[in-house]
Amino acid sequence: MAGVLALVLGLLLALPAAAQEAERAFDRMRSGGAGFAEVLPETALRFPEDHGAHPGFRIEWWYVTANLRDAEGAPLGLQWTLFRFATRPGGAADAGWATPQIWMGHAAVTTAEAHRAAERLARGGIGQAGVATDPFAAWIDDWVFAHAGAGGAGAFSPLRLAARGEGFAYDVTLAAEGPMVLQGEAGYSVKSAVGQASHYASQPFFAVEGWVEVAGTRRQVTGRAWMDREWSSRPLAGSQSGWDWFSLHLSGGEKLMVYRLRDSARGDYVTGNWIAPDGTSTRLAPGAVRLAPLARAEVAEGREMTVRWRIEIPARGLAVETRPLNPRAWNGLSTAYWEGPVFVEGSHAGEGYLEMTGE
Amino acid sequence: MSRAAARWAAALGALASHWRRRPLQAAAALLGLALATALWSGVQALNGEAKRAYAEAAAVLEGDRIDRLEPVAEGRLDVATYAALRRAGLAVSPVIEGSLGVGGRRLRLVGVEPLTLPRSALGEALQADGPDIAAFTGPPWAMLASAETLDRLGIAPGSRGRADDGRALPPAVAADRLAPDLLLTDIGAAAALLGPGLTALLIDPEAPASPVPWQEIAGDRLVLVPAAGESGLDGLTGSFHLNLTAFGFLAFAVGLLITHAAVGLAFEQRLGLIRTLRACGVSAREVAGLLLAELALGAALAGALGLVGGWLVAGLLMPGVSATLSGLFGAPVSGGLSLAPGWWVQGLAMSLAGAAIAAGHTLARAYALPPLASARRQDWAASGRRTRRLEAALGLAALAAGAAVWGFGSGLVAGFALMAAMMLAAVLLLPALLAWLLARAARLARGPVAEWAVADSRQQIPGLSLALMALLLALAANIGVGTMVESFRTTFVDWLERRLVADIYVSPARAEQEAPLGAWLAARPETAELLGLRRTEIRLGAERLELMGRPAAPAYREGWPLLEAAPGAWDRLAEGTGLLVSEQLSRRMGLGLGDAVVLPAPGGAWPVAVVGIYADYGNPRGEATVGLAAMEARWPGARFDGYGVRLVPGTDTGPVMAAIEAAFGLGPDELVDNAGVRRFSLRVFERTFAVTAMLNLFTLGVAGVALFASLLTLSDLRLASLAPVWAAGVPRRRLAALELGKTLALALLTAVLAIPLGLGLAWLLVAVINVEAFGWRLPLHLFPGQWLWLIGLTAVTALAAAALPMLRLARLPAARLAKIFAEER
Repeated sequence: MAGVLALVLGLLLALPAAAQEAERAFDRMRSGGAGFAEVLPETALRFPEDHGAHPGFRIEWWYVTANLRDAEGAPLGLQWTLFRFATRPGGAADAGWATPQIWMGHAAVTTAEAHRAAERLARGGIGQAGVATDPFAAWIDDWVFAHAGAGGAGAFSPLRLAARGEGFAYDVTLAAEGPMVLQGEAGYSVKSAVGQASHYASQPFFAVEGWVEVAGTRRQVTGRAWMDREWSSRPLAGSQSGWDWFSLHLSGGEKLMVYRLRDSARGDYVTGNWIAPDGTSTRLAPGAVRLAPLARAEVAEGREMTVRWRIEIPARGLAVETRPLNPRAWNGLSTAYWEGPVFVEGSHAGEGYLEMTGE
Repeated sequence: MSRAAARWAAALGALASHWRRRPLQAAAALLGLALATALWSGVQALNGEAKRAYAEAAAVLEGDRIDRLEPVAEGRLDVATYAALRRAGLAVSPVIEGSLGVGGRRLRLVGVEPLTLPRSALGEALQADGPDIAAFTGPPWAMLASAETLDRLGIAPGSRGRADDGRALPPAVAADRLAPDLLLTDIGAAAALLGPGLTALLIDPEAPASPVPWQEIAGDRLVLVPAAGESGLDGLTGSFHLNLTAFGFLAFAVGLLITHAAVGLAFEQRLGLIRTLRACGVSAREVAGLLLAELALGAALAGALGLVGGWLVAGLLMPGVSATLSGLFGAPVSGGLSLAPGWWVQGLAMSLAGAAIAAGHTLARAYALPPLASARRQDWAASGRRTRRLEAALGLAALAAGAAVWGFGSGLVAGFALMAAMMLAAVLLLPALLAWLLARAARLARGPVAEWAVADSRQQIPGLSLALMALLLALAANIGVGTMVESFRTTFVDWLERRLVADIYVSPARAEQEAPLGAWLAARPETAELLGLRRTEIRLGAERLELMGRPAAPAYREGWPLLEAAPGAWDRLAEGTGLLVSEQLSRRMGLGLGDAVVLPAPGGAWPVAVVGIYADYGNPRGEATVGLAAMEARWPGARFDGYGVRLVPGTDTGPVMAAIEAAFGLGPDELVDNAGVRRFSLRVFERTFAVTAMLNLFTLGVAGVALFASLLTLSDLRLASLAPVWAAGVPRRRLAALELGKTLALALLTAVLAIPLGLGLAWLLVAVINVEAFGWRLPLHLFPGQWLWLIGLTAVTALAAAALPMLRLARLPAARLAKIFAEER
């Protein structure tokens, strides 16, 4: 999920003036990752091992979005994200406070009427946040994404996903109903025409059930979720300013991941993967997929963004439009971005999540 | 120009001409208001500066706005428990705080965890100056301190200093909004310098409440310390600022008395002019308006002068105030001064309000004056009697009100209210008292001139009463504060003498020197007794206090001063069942002899009984003492605080100190003799009361100006009374001498009356206000020498103030007196 890079950069604003720091951080992310591990096309991804952290890389995340319905059929969505970010290369695992690892959690709930988001920050090295693999557990404070079954070596699904913030909370169970899916070419996901890349895999086949509470009302929910795992050290080209990213569940059981990296120098970079119901993943090379803005709306006080989009993949006979559940799904956190559920209409029906950053 | 405007301009010109003809009177009115504004705004500037400093100190986790969890015992909290609390959903942020020796000074080092730190814990300004978070949160870390602090430590921004124990400090970053002597680092850097245990967890006030109570995770290892609010620095130092404010008000009141006297007199003298204006068709409203305009103009001018004066006063006093606050309360206040725009506005407003108060009565009379009223001046004597009665009645009422406040209220504010009522009552009763005293004196007067002199003095009281009131206030304040300070000094010196039981104090900065130093000292033939000292910090209820370990050695048993002691107090201390508490702590916690106290020792609760109470002057914090052996057994981590060495009688300290220095390479801060400690303590004491002394002197100065201004403005009027006496054959020189004598007599009478008032004030300060403010009570000592000195000073002031008018009188051409005599008839 390319879209979250900027969020990690937002870490740098905890002490000083936010805007200035975010700028500095952007520069750092674009300028390269000397001393960090490199993303190479020949690296093979292996699960469950790669569910764990990769501290040698500069940034990494565990990213879950879910499209849900309550007992009355009303749609809603939730987001749970854990970012890991290394302020410098090296640093022993047991370095305590001296660790270069910083963790950040984002959680949000969206209904047609409301959007709530919260953030948590933690130092690595002391146990406040982290990721374990045996069994799998990712956490920051009391927010968890962790194996909830009998355990065993490398146990992953089923998982408990829980978070809470001002005005919302949720606690749901995720059960994988399909395999892990490698994005890009076998998990090697190119981010620009000049070679920036990340390791990228997804689990788009989660069935979800549990409860979500918004504004004091707890509702039982069911639906489906999508998890992204991505890590990298230098994922952005210097001229890339932001992105629009889609993860869609189509009605025929197919999954579609599409993103556009906006590039002022070389033109936008649009790519993605088409995932068959059995998990077979095919990269959509630049040119194979077209993305066009349709309509803008106010997403937060004084901020307007594109909230309706057209996506076309002629080779797959796909021509759809997306419409947000709630156009005001703005995560006004230390790094702010738009992240919310969308409906898909056109040649294919469906639902999913859209993320827009850097606009 | 419209006709009305022209009329007003002409009328204003006529009114103003009065001041042109009497520049001294104009000067007195302006000076009074300017002085009042200067002292008031000066004090405000000092208070403002100190408040700003507290806010800065509080801004860095002083904890007066944020609830915190702290380890119960001295032991610190482990990081794993912190992580467990976070994982249970508690929005707490860890802090490691302690003191660090750098450049021979003890600095406060605060380590914070910026990722979880509550937004409100750091001042906004600090957020703006902060370094890059990656640089702050990782080796080699960063150390924030104010430029002033870095300068004092000799560490340039960007470079790395060293702690006294030789360890390297993180690269320095100047952050100007930090309080002096405070170092702010990441918690990682603090853990490296102070040890890994956490000293507190801040509870984020903005985070949603946790579903799990912290007790479930941390059990009884932590205690909730609510946001301090009143008991923080603001509360502690509140008394001092109240004191300053009271002085400011006193000076303001004295200044207003001067202005009131001058403006009132000018009105009396302009009655004829006002009547003429009214007769010429200027309405009462217009006259009042014009006088108001004149007043506003004057007030603005005096206010501007006063603000400049206030700025100078504040600049002069600021170093002293800063020394007092850090000496007495441990409050970090830098010596600098920066004035907010609000201060200027407030100062001018005070000046205008002061003018309105001083002249309101006069304006009202001008407004109510019938156009054809007689322009004759008031019958001073008759009006004087009426006024005296009214004033005396008001004075008694004030006294009753003060007594009522005292009866129903308690605490600092009631104490100050009683003080204000007492001063007000004394001031209002003064003219009646003086008149009564002079009436007694009249019976003793022999001969017509003496009888006239006494009678005329009585008649002069109304004219001089305001100046004499000012004098009374200033003298009483002087006597009261002087008595308090001197009482304190006497007690303090005696206490210091007895408290410093050792001849030499050695406290090495390097802990590893403790054992070899102890062995070396014990082996010296000159050593009569070796007194080891330890200290640790504990919490008793909501009170954080210093627990000292002192040996029950003969030096302590024989000499150490206890205010109250149970039988065998030191034996019980030695056997580990007794506890000595400082007077402050005993007052704050309501502890008396025999009370049971459970001390939270790391190894488990330790029940002891209070067996003694000792004076601990000048310590803002509570303190308690246990036996050294018991402390070593129960607090293995207690900090070694040095040795006191009692020498064999007759031994010279010099060579012994030189030998210690040579053997252990100790610096001047680590090795000091009894006389050195005493010198240092007395210096702190003197500095502490320097501000009070200075304000006192200022107030006395203002009173002198008041007397001078009153006599000067009255001298013209007096001629009318003197002319008949001259006509009756008393020469001018004799008249002048008589005048001088009468002024002197009135001033001296006032000074004598100020003595009981001042003593009352001293009693209030010592028995009520100090106890409330500092937690200790002093015995009251009397210093008649000081009174004599003040009476002498008063005489000099009165003579100086009376000299110029009398000189004029003595040199007045006889023709002028004759003319006045003729006209007045």
